[in-house]
Amino acid sequence: MIESVIAISYLVAVVLFIVGMKMLSHPDTARRGNGVAFLGMMIAIAATFLTPGLSNIILILVAMAIGTGVGSYMSNTVKMTAMPELVSFFNGMGGAAAALIGLVEYGGLPVTDMAKGATLMASLILGSVSFSGSMIAMGKLQGKIKDIRINKVLAFGIFALAIALAAYVLYAGEPGSPWIYAVLVLSLIYGLAFVYPIGGADMPVVISLLNALTGVTAATTGLLYDNMVMFMGGVLVGSAGLILTLLMAKAMNRSVSNILFTSFGSAAGTVSAGTQGDQVAKEINLYDSAILMNYAQRVVIVPGYGLAVAQAQHAVHDLEKILEEKGIEVLYGIHPVAGRMPGHMNVLLAESDVPYDKLIEMDDINGKFPNTDVVLVIGANDVVNPAANDDPSSPIAGMPILEVNKAHNVIVIKRSMSAGYAGIQNALFFDPKTRMLFGDAKKVLTGLTEEIKTM
Amino acid sequence: MTMENILLYLYDNQQQIYVFILAIFVGIEVISKVPSVLHTPLMSGSNALSGVVIVGSIIVLGHTNPDNYLALVLGFVSVVLATLNVVGGFMVTNRMLEMFKKKPAKKQ
Repeated sequence: MIESVIAISYLVAVVLFIVGMKMLSHPDTARRGNGVAFLGMMIAIAATFLTPGLSNIILILVAMAIGTGVGSYMSNTVKMTAMPELVSFFNGMGGAAAALIGLVEYGGLPVTDMAKGATLMASLILGSVSFSGSMIAMGKLQGKIKDIRINKVLAFGIFALAIALAAYVLYAGEPGSPWIYAVLVLSLIYGLAFVYPIGGADMPVVISLLNALTGVTAATTGLLYDNMVMFMGGVLVGSAGLILTLLMAKAMNRSVSNILFTSFGSAAGTVSAGTQGDQVAKEINLYDSAILMNYAQRVVIVPGYGLAVAQAQHAVHDLEKILEEKGIEVLYGIHPVAGRMPGHMNVLLAESDVPYDKLIEMDDINGKFPNTDVVLVIGANDVVNPAANDDPSSPIAGMPILEVNKAHNVIVIKRSMSAGYAGIQNALFFDPKTRMLFGDAKKVLTGLTEEIKTM
Repeated sequence: MTMENILLYLYDNQQQIYVFILAIFVGIEVISKVPSVLHTPLMSGSNALSGVVIVGSIIVLGHTNPDNYLALVLGFVSVVLATLNVVGGFMVTNRMLEMFKKKPAKKQ
């Protein structure tokens, strides 16, 4: 009877996990999705307390209270910018918990059951790798840990040795053999060696991969206990995490194999969008750009010569109207020499009936950029080049510019990475806040309007 | 372990193998189209879900003999860490997603 209650609760929990995750992948439902997944977790935990023969209840509750207190303190006090570090930390905790389960269960395991033994070793090894790897990833994001070149063959050798030793312990070891600690230590070392050589900029992708690994660890632990909620939840996180890793790498214009197998993965990275030194301009697609704008409070459009060339003044007005309908404030930031002549942009935009009070002069709009969520730069280049302020040797040094790099996000619509009128490269395109949206201004703007309409 | 053993093992566990494969597809399907602004929150959310190992941590501590101090300590730490993963994971995801609260329309 009680077993059925547990089984059904676990089933409900798994369904809530799946629904929650699905909701998490759309901005309108993401917050509720997180809540749905959390509810599933609460149900799974509550049902686990019904497990027959469970003792040490007080101890369990004390441990959970400590974890809850520390966890909520950490997540409430962390700065927005430090969140990826914290995710990495929490991920490592999950891995460590699984490794400890493996360690404790090993003590009470009848060594004759090879299948169970193998899942136990998998939990121990993968959990340890995930733990130590996540800790290094966290340190790298904080900038506390430098890149260290580690021989890939050596690193893999350590991993292979851990597995071989685990097999030996299973086959030949006495119950409670101390060699199990050697397996643990080797796995921890492999986690370090795995993450150490990877550049700090690639850490988000690595954390996603480690997250998938923790999922797999949860799944093997589930197999160990024939526990469906752990097994299903783990496999779900494992496969979703893997896909997410690929998506993130793609969004950063990097390939996963490049990140994992190229030391200091920066200079040697695949570059298709253009580079400046070891910097890579990041691309964004229509859909993602539309989402960014749809959830903004204020969007500032900075038009340039590209807008005139593409005859996109009507298209940009359409985009402005649809955003205003959704309650988003839209302004135009007009640089005095945007285009090829002073006043070029005002004339062009007036032609498509853009209200005049929306065209804001440079000095006024510059004060607004720090409170602007998205700046959409359309075919402008030199007038938004921060080199005018930062680089005294630049040909445009001292020229007043629109300080779009002070906004939260910058989307640059441009046909290619080619330089502007002044013939110089633009550091704005390589700013971490900047995303490049390549294409003809008119087509891109029409596409954006369509995407936002459907949201 | 002979070939026969492996085949027998697969036969005995075929339901789990089916579940395993289907769950992989579900995981892939669920996040097939996700905008890049949601990459980090989604990673954080699925990280919170991997905290489901807490179920194993509770079972392991709950089944530990109260005389076995080493196992008690390890199990206790395991529950603390898994709880950290769950609670911290969900809370930090929620904080990240605050930016997606639909803001009240501005009067212009």
